[in-house]
Amino acid sequence: MKKAGIIMIIGSLLLLGLFKFPLWNIMLGAPQYPDPLGMDIYIQGIQGVEEFDIQNIDGLNHYIGMKPIPKVEEMWEFDVFPKVVGLMIALGVIIGILGFLGKLSYKWFLGWFIVMSILGLLGMYDFNLWLIDYGTDLDPKAIMKLENLDGTPMTYKPPLIGYQKMLNFDVDSWPGVGAYMIFIGMLLTVVAFFVGKKEYNK
Amino acid sequence: MKKSINILISAIMVAGLVSCNDGGTKKSKSGGQGGLATNAAERVYVAPGEHDEFYGFMSGGFSGQLGVYGLPSGRLLKVLPVFSQNPENGWGYTEETKPMLNTSFGFVPWDDSHHPDISQTEGVLDGRWIFINGNNTPRIARIGLESFKTEEIIEIPNSAGNHSSSFITENTEYVVAGTRFSVPVPQKDMSINEYKGNFKGALTFIKVDQETGRMNIKFQLMMPGFNYDLSHPGRDKSHGWFFFTTYNTEEAHSLLEVNASQNDKDFIAAVNWKKIEEYVNNGGGKKVPARYAHNILDEHTHTATSTMIDKVLTVDPLEVPGAVYFLPTPKSPHGCDVDPTGEYIIGNGKLSADLTVHSFTKMLDAIENKKFDGEAYGIPILNFEDILAGVVKQPGLGPLHTEFDGKGNAYTTFFISSEVVKWKVGTWEVLDRQPVFYSVGHGMIPGGNSRKPFGKYFVALNKITKDRYLPTGPELTQSAQLFDITGDKMELLLDFPTIGEPHYAAAIPAEMVAPKSRKIFKLAENKHKYAVLDNSDVRVERDGKEVHIYMNMIRSHFNPDNIEGVKVGDKVYFHITNHEQDFDVPHGFAVIGANNAEMLIMPGATETLVWEPKQVGVWPFYCTDFCSALHQEMQGYVRVSPADSDIELSWTLGED
Repeated sequence: MKKAGIIMIIGSLLLLGLFKFPLWNIMLGAPQYPDPLGMDIYIQGIQGVEEFDIQNIDGLNHYIGMKPIPKVEEMWEFDVFPKVVGLMIALGVIIGILGFLGKLSYKWFLGWFIVMSILGLLGMYDFNLWLIDYGTDLDPKAIMKLENLDGTPMTYKPPLIGYQKMLNFDVDSWPGVGAYMIFIGMLLTVVAFFVGKKEYNK
Repeated sequence: MKKSINILISAIMVAGLVSCNDGGTKKSKSGGQGGLATNAAERVYVAPGEHDEFYGFMSGGFSGQLGVYGLPSGRLLKVLPVFSQNPENGWGYTEETKPMLNTSFGFVPWDDSHHPDISQTEGVLDGRWIFINGNNTPRIARIGLESFKTEEIIEIPNSAGNHSSSFITENTEYVVAGTRFSVPVPQKDMSINEYKGNFKGALTFIKVDQETGRMNIKFQLMMPGFNYDLSHPGRDKSHGWFFFTTYNTEEAHSLLEVNASQNDKDFIAAVNWKKIEEYVNNGGGKKVPARYAHNILDEHTHTATSTMIDKVLTVDPLEVPGAVYFLPTPKSPHGCDVDPTGEYIIGNGKLSADLTVHSFTKMLDAIENKKFDGEAYGIPILNFEDILAGVVKQPGLGPLHTEFDGKGNAYTTFFISSEVVKWKVGTWEVLDRQPVFYSVGHGMIPGGNSRKPFGKYFVALNKITKDRYLPTGPELTQSAQLFDITGDKMELLLDFPTIGEPHYAAAIPAEMVAPKSRKIFKLAENKHKYAVLDNSDVRVERDGKEVHIYMNMIRSHFNPDNIEGVKVGDKVYFHITNHEQDFDVPHGFAVIGANNAEMLIMPGATETLVWEPKQVGVWPFYCTDFCSALHQEMQGYVRVSPADSDIELSWTLGED
């Protein structure tokens, strides 16, 4: 199970990318913003793509009564997510090493993948909840209170993934480099599972 | 009756025919230069959203400013205030910028700006700074090409008519400023009749710090009292020398148009500045009392300071043997131009029909072998025949200036015959000539006075406009014409109006400047004494009759926007910090009855406008730069109470 163990270790270590690269990216372009404003969502917090993008997004959002983009200390997620990811990396590496040494069944690899997938889905669910809250919980004293054609108040939830036109803005929300690294890392742990199974059956 | 009507009709028809013919003749007269027959329009068309290939910096002439144009489109991108107050953005009106226009004569709100020159490294444009001279009250300004702001102005003492300026040496070691109107040095009460032999023409060498661009007068070469008209540095092989044309070697002081045109030849003064620099570095020269202002705008405090300096180092040319020579040049030479190789020095004798070209190699040889033809005030005059490289025979009338395309061709402007003439350097043969409209002064090729010209376009900067555009009464704009010079023949592509009177210009490929153009000032780096970086520091303070309002602004409000406790007779300082950190979101500030101007405040900057309320009442102020959908809401009030009122200062934002 040497090969499978190594793949498992590499797969889990790829998650380290989350500490360096953004998980998600939302870009806001408009006629007045030929260079779109953008935010990079990391597991430790939200940063502007350019130095002052967050400040400028907040400046625009205040017209429609959106809350300022949360600071690190304002969301428990930015505290918990890095710990969970760190723990999962450590677990994955340990499982990989034990697998490498033959002290553990290859099924653990799949087990790790399932746990990580559940955590990932929970993370996405939580992220979507936040987007809904952010886009709909608007200041009643907002400068611009717009309505949909059916008379309901307009809300501004950015898409979880994909493109959407919101007022004068073109909003693009897509996975970042970090997300691709988890995707490949998790794929590798599945590969590790099958390779391990093959090695075991030999 | 019927018959007479018929006659009348045919008379009218004939008249119409005649006038049609007139129109036709006119059209065909200008058809040859027009773009319809060619694809000229396409070649100057910059599609919406696209950028020009070059920045063109054209002196604003008697506007005192610098015009920034895109080439080849000829679109005006910006009027960059330099020597003149600019109420449009508050330059010279705000407390921060007023010191920039300080001089030994006090506050001077205007000048006549002439010759922009872009900084160079090894003779190639580098796009760090652009320098320009103020002709009337002698000054040199340095403009930073990141902020496109005038960052420094230094006054030139012992000078008048600062015209043979501001030309730089090929590593921007020096900016040079020469005197066109010689004056008594030091200035004194004396008879004008005693001009001859007593007046001096100072040639000033200003050292440029390579890191900061800061200027300091290294030395002034005190030359005989001629008129030092224009200058250019030696380059490449002649680097280390500087050449100045002179006229009025007759030293006339009245009716110069006649009296200064009598000598068959005037001089080009060749100055070995490296030799003088060495002399000065070894303790040479004489410190003499002087009085001149040195004004610096600090980019972190956003505030200018003006320092009065009281001494200048002067050098007597006779004290440095071998440093200065006179090159005899026919007929009151105006432009003094050096080709990209540094070998040829072109004297544009403005009353001559020929162009005189001196050879640098021959000049050195003549100096070495002492081929002198007398001397003037102790300065050796080289023998004309010995230094002559060639003559461009009869190219036109009234040559003024020459630029180079880097392909061995020179382009000389002719004021009197109103044309530009292309000729071959070395063979001196005329290759092409094109009319210009009208009476061209300087011509400009991007980098055309450097070692490496970008020889794609030639811009004629004309003195006379007449019928080129729709008439606007007796006072017209000036005109410029853009030629494509990539082919054998010059091709007129575009005719466009310019601000002021564009004397000289300089252009640089846009890619050397545009990427580093600043978008905002960082608020975190704002070190202005009165900046309000944090909302908790917003306040109003009284100091006797002075009231200081520490205010900030962001879309779309002022903080504070309601102020009470100001009294008639107070001097109110609005210190306003723009909290935006977004590109192209300046805010403006104007208050009713201000006796100065408005001010524009760039993102991250702080500016101060003084307001002296004279009437009791509640007076509004507002943002002048349409900043957002709520721009109209960006306003506030100041309550002004009688002088003896005891209302305390108070300030609020968003309170009922």
